[in-house]
Amino acid sequence: MNFQLDEDRRMLADALGRYLSEQYSTDYRNKAAYGAQGFSADTYAKLAELGAIGALFKEADGGFGGDGVDISVVFEALGTHLVAEPLLGALLVGRALTEAGSDVQKAQLEGIIGGETIAALAHDEPANHYELNRVATSAQTEGDGWVLNGSKAVVLFGDQAQLLLVSARTAGAVGDEAGISLFLVPGDAAGISSRGYGRIDGGHAAELVLANVKVGADALLGKLGEGHALLERICGFGLLALAAESLGAMDVAKNHTLEYLRTRKQFGVPIGSFQALQHRMADLLLEAEQARSAVINAAAAIDNPDYLEREKALSAAKYSVGQIGTLMAEEAIQMHGGIGVTWELPLAHYAKRIIMIDHQLGDMDHHLARYIALQAQERAAAKAA
Amino acid sequence: MDLQFSPEEEAFRAEVRAFLKDHLPPELAAKVKAGQRLTRFDQENWHAILNKKGWLAYHWPQEFGGTGWSPVQKFIFDDECALAGGPRLVPFGLSMLGPVLIKYGNEAQKSHWLPRILNGDDWWCQGYSEPGAGSDLASLKTTAVRHGDHYIVNGQKTWTTQGQHANMMFCLVRTNKEVKSQQGISFVLIDMNQPGVEVRPIRTLDGDKEVNEVFLTDVKVPLENLVGEENKGWTYAKYLLTYERTGIAGVGFSMAGLEKLKVIAQRVQRNGKPLIEDPQFATRMAKVEIELLNMATTNLRVIASVADGGVPGAESSMLKIKGTVIRQELLSLVRRAMGPYALPFIEEAQFAEYADAPVGPKEAATAAAAYFNYRKLSIFGGSNEIQRNIISKMILGL
Repeated sequence: MNFQLDEDRRMLADALGRYLSEQYSTDYRNKAAYGAQGFSADTYAKLAELGAIGALFKEADGGFGGDGVDISVVFEALGTHLVAEPLLGALLVGRALTEAGSDVQKAQLEGIIGGETIAALAHDEPANHYELNRVATSAQTEGDGWVLNGSKAVVLFGDQAQLLLVSARTAGAVGDEAGISLFLVPGDAAGISSRGYGRIDGGHAAELVLANVKVGADALLGKLGEGHALLERICGFGLLALAAESLGAMDVAKNHTLEYLRTRKQFGVPIGSFQALQHRMADLLLEAEQARSAVINAAAAIDNPDYLEREKALSAAKYSVGQIGTLMAEEAIQMHGGIGVTWELPLAHYAKRIIMIDHQLGDMDHHLARYIALQAQERAAAKAA
Repeated sequence: MDLQFSPEEEAFRAEVRAFLKDHLPPELAAKVKAGQRLTRFDQENWHAILNKKGWLAYHWPQEFGGTGWSPVQKFIFDDECALAGGPRLVPFGLSMLGPVLIKYGNEAQKSHWLPRILNGDDWWCQGYSEPGAGSDLASLKTTAVRHGDHYIVNGQKTWTTQGQHANMMFCLVRTNKEVKSQQGISFVLIDMNQPGVEVRPIRTLDGDKEVNEVFLTDVKVPLENLVGEENKGWTYAKYLLTYERTGIAGVGFSMAGLEKLKVIAQRVQRNGKPLIEDPQFATRMAKVEIELLNMATTNLRVIASVADGGVPGAESSMLKIKGTVIRQELLSLVRRAMGPYALPFIEEAQFAEYADAPVGPKEAATAAAAYFNYRKLSIFGGSNEIQRNIISKMILGL
């Protein structure tokens, strides 16, 4: 048993950390993340050059990593430096291509890994609440191709993406797992209108309306009507990534808070000498260690062929960082006192990101419920066996 | 990073499992799994079985009869024992006094007392806490005054677990009142079977009598029973407490507790459905399961970090807090699963010998008592608040 990173991963983490420490100050980050585009194209290109995107994919697919530890190393570094650039979209759409793409479709991966193509998963809709099966957007056959109609909600960088992965219903009713298909759609396809906006934690997203968007037969990714499983699989990678990102951000929030307790004086002494705060800080430390363990468990499980074991570990990790991250963010703000609620304080932006991660790909309630449902499936399977 | 156990470790696990299958008495395992009270014989019997195999003092160095196992092997052994229903080892001689004697005792003390611990010749108890010195241990008042070739000890110890069985006590006494409270303490070994030692049981809230008050009146302790140097006892006491906390995460016990809870929750009904399908109960169960799985990995990370030797430092405080909170939550859920049947209390029904029909589900006899009894987990061994102080000081530097 060994919990150390191997040489290659450590080098990658060091290179990312060094670059971001030197070039991605809080001021620089905030200017980009809260600016007109929500990210810096220069930084994104540099991250691609450093291999941060390539590390998310296996060698056979043109990357140089792709397993659970690679993904968590990259995203933990992104969390540590509060990176707003669109790597999550690259991971989700890129892994959909590698999991189910034809050779022609997979060719698009090169642009994603190189950082030239911004990719976005367009799945959530105004009337869903993290559910993967609640797809109302429709895709109907027309000639050889398809016509897409519907609305997609809070698509990360959806107004700037060159490549959208759109979930749409080709059969069944809203709420069915069967009958969902996934389509690769160019961001500038005729019929797509978008309303872009900034996010509270930095970065951008968009509401998309698809009105008679016509795509060819080759836009269908994977098997017709069987998109739910693929969606679940790629979101699994996203759960690991987001959990690791949260962990990186939590570590910074914890360290900033600890530093503040050591230096901020009240009543003539550092506030860290008060037992009431010491005990809360001790709890934050030990909870953060539990979150790290949850991410390690998820990274180890991401390619586990046992569906229930794998998905339970992923939901457990997302639940854990939701629960622990919320505690961390709220306590960090509280212990900073008034300064904790100011824009000026870097910590405040970490707290926002940590909390907002709970709003991506399912929050702690969603994943706890999913965990329970997976347990029930496990019991049913055991009974049948 | 590699989270798999090595083939050698898996082989070791299989060896432990096979041993338990052949040598752990089934009726003893059944008692443990049912949460029933164990007798002195149960505990001594299990020690003797392990000792015969050479696995009793598995964390001692080999030259004193230990096993030379790696931290991972020790973890696997604990895990397998707990899952099989092996009783928790009585820690006083094995995991508390033993390591102190090995590190600080003289040759005569080591060669006399260590084999006796292995053979079960002595039953040790711990004389640390006093009525005015619990978590603030250094404020203890029991005195030892030199008188020729012995000390005369006067004072009162409390919370002395299983002191009713003990013939020997390792004890902290004050040998110098003039210095700072930590500096005048000595570590001595007291024969309980002599005039001046009086053991009075303290009845705990679950009705049990496993802790005691010990009154020491003009008790004679030969100077040869002083461990290490006079007035340096605080160092040894702290060393002992570090050992007390290793393994305190109790992952194996919690895993076994979770399995038991799941079985109960499938059988007990609420609204005509198994409790395990009740949304609120299922939520609490899932939360504690996820916390336990996270902690199991944290525990392995701590073990891996000390794989080169030594004992974990302040990290064990994190494991103590998290581990005890999780065990208490599991016991709380078992109690809640009993519904109104948590109320009946037939004291005899907690023992395996009880022959009458149980009142309510069979787990009901012990569920509430175990819950109340194990409130102690977050209090003993340094309360969880003291552990937070340790983390704050040792890790956070506050």
